[in-house]
Amino acid sequence: MNIYKLSYKSVMNRRTTAMLTVFTVAISVLLLLAVERVRVQAKQSFANTISNTDLIVGARSGQINLLLYSVFRIGNPTNNIDWKSYQQVLKDPSVRWSIPISLGDSHRGFRVIGTNQDFFKYYQYGRKQALTFSTGKAFEGLYDTVIGAQVAKELGYTLGSEIVIAHGISDKKFNRHKNSPFIVTGILAPTGTPVDKSVHVSLFAIEAIHAGGAHSVNTDHKALQKQLQPKQITAFMLGLKSRVQSFSLQRKINTYRAEPLSAIMPGIALHELWGIMSIAEQALQGVSLFVLVAAMLAMLGNLLSSLQERRREMAILRAMGARPRHVFALLVSEASLLTCLGIILGISLLYLFIGAMAPILSAQYGLNFEMSALSQTEWLLIALVQISGICIGFIPAINAYRNSLADGMTIRI
Amino acid sequence: MNIIELNNLAFSWPGSKQACLEIEQFSLKRGEKLFISGASGSGKSTLLGLLAGILTPSTGSLSILQTSFGDLTSIARDKFRADHIGYIFQQFNLIPYLSVIENVLLPCHFSKARHVQIKPNPHTQASDLLQQLHLPKSCLDKPVTQLSIGQQQRVAAARALIGNPELVIADEPTSALDSQSRNAFIQLLMEQCERTGASLLFVSHDEQLQSHFDRHLALSTINKVAQNPDEYL
Repeated sequence: MNIYKLSYKSVMNRRTTAMLTVFTVAISVLLLLAVERVRVQAKQSFANTISNTDLIVGARSGQINLLLYSVFRIGNPTNNIDWKSYQQVLKDPSVRWSIPISLGDSHRGFRVIGTNQDFFKYYQYGRKQALTFSTGKAFEGLYDTVIGAQVAKELGYTLGSEIVIAHGISDKKFNRHKNSPFIVTGILAPTGTPVDKSVHVSLFAIEAIHAGGAHSVNTDHKALQKQLQPKQITAFMLGLKSRVQSFSLQRKINTYRAEPLSAIMPGIALHELWGIMSIAEQALQGVSLFVLVAAMLAMLGNLLSSLQERRREMAILRAMGARPRHVFALLVSEASLLTCLGIILGISLLYLFIGAMAPILSAQYGLNFEMSALSQTEWLLIALVQISGICIGFIPAINAYRNSLADGMTIRI
Repeated sequence: MNIIELNNLAFSWPGSKQACLEIEQFSLKRGEKLFISGASGSGKSTLLGLLAGILTPSTGSLSILQTSFGDLTSIARDKFRADHIGYIFQQFNLIPYLSVIENVLLPCHFSKARHVQIKPNPHTQASDLLQQLHLPKSCLDKPVTQLSIGQQQRVAAARALIGNPELVIADEPTSALDSQSRNAFIQLLMEQCERTGASLLFVSHDEQLQSHFDRHLALSTINKVAQNPDEYL
């Protein structure tokens, strides 16, 4: 039996308080790791929302506002932009593709986007991934619609389902466009972005809803297109032939005379938006660090109070020939053992938590947690906990060392 | 040959000018069983601390088994104690979370020398010793907290004797026992010391016990400080 086994038996002798210490450490480890996971995950899914788009253009506003409504479907556009302005920008030789979007309608809480087929062709998310259909295809007819994965899942829609679109964001009965039922022709594969929560229709359809008349699905397509030619859109996304051109085109658009427009680079806007959110991120990290400090102090308290009743044990060990360093090792190894057990329990709790909560978090907040291995940062955090646990052990160890010198061969009880 | 040799020794606690222990000469022969009596405050704990090598003399010399303690570092003294001295406390001698056998084998973890001395193997010698000390075999793996105080002290004696240390120091080991088990305990302890050839230094304030021993020494007669307490008042 070496000093570590002795330490283990001693801890087991005081297992109730030891278990409490382990739980305190475990909870702080759980919190520390969970906050780290949420942070990384949020940042990742955030940055993955849009990819390979060089410019987003909308009515003049701040870049974050424009990014929020055009990409994240949060908030409302300040103003629409004229169709002619859109056409004007498209004439620029550097433009390779464009996606027009028209917002303002909803279907049972999900935002409706008016766009064209180019959306399915050019819109990219994550690491330059294009949208794919899990079933069906892009809209063709006036009353065709393509829905995101989550819309389909939550509302139980399949190909051929008929849906009714409401004007405005709130879905009150009186403002539903009852006359225009849409038919689901395509369902997109899940992306983990706001696309999953969107209902996509053609720009003409948006015009048709607002024109108010009953347009039969069978009406001649070309005639309709002329009649329903959009006059305004909300924003558009641009892909350029070369990324370098985005600066000059951005300047051109921002100084466009006929209408006040704003062109933003999604990457820069995302970065700025994340900068705002990082305050919350830091606060969260700060809180979890303080929880760690509290756990360490609780362990220190337990160790120090146990020391008084263990003076006898230390004196016996000294009489048996234990050196002060053995007494020292006994206490430091106890603190290390408790911390280590706490860490193991904390990590197990984290994975249990992920296993239980991942579907809910994914559905409610769009945060995707995987049972992935611990990242480098997480290992660093764990190392930090273990090292602080060992350091905490030094305090009672120094005390015990002093006691054992002062007590000599007398046993104080 | 003397196991303990002590000459012109004085000890004072750090920060205190006055010595609390001053002994001109004291020795213990090999195999001798010595009874030292002393009331509390006679410098008993200090003497034991010095003999165990936890305290060091302020002046004078102290050698055990021809090894001068003054020349040893504190680590070397700890090792020396582990190798050559068995120690029995007044009471609460045992580590509560270890079983009887684990308590007995404890000194072997701190001393290779004693570990090597144990024949044929630690477990057998421990159970033999416990048997000699009239402890039933069934209690070997019991938690020590289930034992009576008398049994606990016998376990402590077995622990002091394991690995055949040359010197056994017992600090009032019978103070918590009734008179009948007190005599039985001393008898058993003496037998085992004789068997292993250990010298015994037995300290107690109970002078009635002296009849069991080869020699009796009152601490107050050899400690000059205790002799003339008025001088230092």
